[in-house]
Amino acid sequence: MSGQIDEGLRSELQRQGIWVTSMQDLYNWGRRSSIWPLQFGLACCAIEMIATAASRYDLARFGGEIFRPSPRQADLMIVAGTVTKKMAPQIVRLYNQMPDPKYVISMGACAISGGPFKQGYNVLKGIDRYIPVDVYIPGCPPRPEALLHAFMELQRKIDDQKLTGTDRAEHLNAAQPSEFPVPAFGAHDLEPAANPDVFDPPKIERT
Amino acid sequence: MTVESLEQIKARAEAAVPGSEIDIVPNPGPSQQSSLLIDNEHALAVARFLRIDPALRLDFCSNATGVDWLDRTVKKTVKVKKVIDGVEKEVAEPQEEFFPGYLEAVYHLYSMTHKHGPVVIRMRTADRADGAHLPSLTPIWRSAEFQEREIFDLYGIRFDGHPDLRRILMWDEFVDHPMRKDYREPDDYEYEPTPHDDVLEKAKQLYSPRPQLDGAENITAQQQ
Repeated sequence: MSGQIDEGLRSELQRQGIWVTSMQDLYNWGRRSSIWPLQFGLACCAIEMIATAASRYDLARFGGEIFRPSPRQADLMIVAGTVTKKMAPQIVRLYNQMPDPKYVISMGACAISGGPFKQGYNVLKGIDRYIPVDVYIPGCPPRPEALLHAFMELQRKIDDQKLTGTDRAEHLNAAQPSEFPVPAFGAHDLEPAANPDVFDPPKIERT
Repeated sequence: MTVESLEQIKARAEAAVPGSEIDIVPNPGPSQQSSLLIDNEHALAVARFLRIDPALRLDFCSNATGVDWLDRTVKKTVKVKKVIDGVEKEVAEPQEEFFPGYLEAVYHLYSMTHKHGPVVIRMRTADRADGAHLPSLTPIWRSAEFQEREIFDLYGIRFDGHPDLRRILMWDEFVDHPMRKDYREPDDYEYEPTPHDDVLEKAKQLYSPRPQLDGAENITAQQQ
């Protein structure tokens, strides 16, 4: 394990031409260097996501350029844009179809909370009502740099994941769910309006 | 606008379609887009006249939308003659006039042939509930098909004669009509960090009240 090797000793060994690593480091390095996003966009944030993947900002520098048109081959879901209530069940279904380990970036004000459409009858007030989100990016829409930053934050998060122990990564813990119930179309709203196992907003106290 | 005035169009349409009644709904705003209110029974025939008449040739329906008019009461004072103490007098009495609500469909018509328009036509339903029926103008202007579906979805006007009247934006299981003025959206305002106005009122019902403080938090603040 990386924790068992003294960092000073490791860098000293590297200077001498001996490269010491651990299974965990190797495993996380491999996963974080090749994150395949699911290829779908919902609104104007998707245009920024396209710009991020294109040559000027070049997501390929971080290993995320292979956008897959099938959830079965994707590691990362970038929820880029407004999630309407009509679209929400499909998003959850796509998430369920992705193989573990899987990550979610909630891109832009709409995907976080509903954004400017929050008071509308037709827009979901945040995708985190139904699926767990790893990184949130504020902005309307966020610039490509912000998406790159979120991508690097996600890589940092993957780097820190443990292979063993009680705090091991979710996909290595059989007790952690990897699929979440798909909301149904109700008479007035989606049913349920949020998944209480996932959605736990901070309590606000106000007189 | 067209070469003809709305009054001329109204007169010619009424002559072409016997029995039809067309009113002019004035619009005193800056746009001056007054419109023709067509009776539902002859709407299809009048619409066909507007389309095929060689001088008008309104062959393009660019826009169809709905309007919701709620029930309203207008308060006014009316002078009434009354006999008071054996003497007839004119007395000002407050009166309330009740106008029942209705739904409206508005169509904006242009002519690609003559490059003129818009001519605005309207139709009104009998009421806002079971009587919310209108004849569909999709047989005349094919472009009205999706827009009439949208009006049906959001306002709840049923278009008789529409080839495929289903919801277009909301899901099929949805029962409300969200653009109606008395629509209330579902109450999912659990997390509102910065609420104000209407949202504040809604969010207040979901907030836990602030706990009673005993002053201890001030002591720690001073020490820091």
